[in-house]
Amino acid sequence: MSSSSSYNSPCAACKFLRRKCIPGCIFAPYFPPEEPQKFANVHKIFGASNVTKLLNELLPHQREDAVNSLAYEAEARVRDPVYGCVGAISFLQRQVERLQKELDAANADLIRFACNDIQAAGQLPPPAAPQAVASTHMVPAQQPRPAGGWGGRFYQTPSFPVIPYSSMPWNDNYNPHGGVDGSI
Amino acid sequence: MKSYQEQPRSSSSCAACKFLKRRCTSNCQFAPYFRSDEPKKFAKVHKVFGASNVSKILNEVAEDQREDTVDSLVYEAEVRLRDPVYGCIGAIASLQHRMVELQRDLILARARLASYVGHCSLSSFLDDHGGLFMAPNFLDIPESNSLPFDQFGRFHFP
Repeated sequence: MSSSSSYNSPCAACKFLRRKCIPGCIFAPYFPPEEPQKFANVHKIFGASNVTKLLNELLPHQREDAVNSLAYEAEARVRDPVYGCVGAISFLQRQVERLQKELDAANADLIRFACNDIQAAGQLPPPAAPQAVASTHMVPAQQPRPAGGWGGRFYQTPSFPVIPYSSMPWNDNYNPHGGVDGSI
Repeated sequence: MKSYQEQPRSSSSCAACKFLKRRCTSNCQFAPYFRSDEPKKFAKVHKVFGASNVSKILNEVAEDQREDTVDSLVYEAEVRLRDPVYGCIGAIASLQHRMVELQRDLILARARLASYVGHCSLSSFLDDHGGLFMAPNFLDIPESNSLPFDQFGRFHFP
């Protein structure tokens, strides 16, 4: 973190706001004068007073990450005023769903081959229909839910459960007594 | 002609004007998107972005895009209020992490499939199954060539 006020040089925020950058300026550690665009974007989208309130609600060690995430979101919103960084969330969500489907298909093929192998080896009678091991995923609870009323056009928390790959019976880490090794 | 009783009861002010304690005019910019029965929606957006900033953003976009704009702003505000430190960046990081896990699992699953199928028929098998054997470049996110996480998952400003 830089403290431009200690060098008698106003931080980017105070330069932009045309005010004196006092010692202890809340913006100074996070908006160095050599990055004027960072504050310009944040101020344009969130406003200096809102950022001040937000930073005051956080612990000092959290503020740098908070400012950087605000700067990232502000830049995304400047580039894409309609969707901002929510567009990226929507894109990633589609990628996750696509990969999940592909993994499910691959696991289904593996089950078929595994069953064929068992039958061909003659070790067991024809097995019963394999249990559903569709590897679906429960997104962690902290995944945000979208605001109501917009028809789910953006990121939504998927609602399907998961069986992790490492618990599949063909996996070296499989524990027939339950539990997941978690090493994969 | 509709009778008076058939007309829906309308509030005189939208949620934004109620919150801001001002008169809601007939051409209020916020009225189409912040109905009076959804007061929290505007409150969240106002707390994070501020009414004047929202107004400026709406003025920048075409009218047919304003509903989506408001929806994304509401979503972003909600996420920021839940996670004041990382906001939507936390959601992006979580999704990226999940993508990496899925890609890794997919590669492993296909490697195991290859051992069943056999080398001589591997190429035709992959053709039948989409052929995505190599990990895709999942960082190819539109309008975002650099994401603020390094290889260890630590957040940093790009």
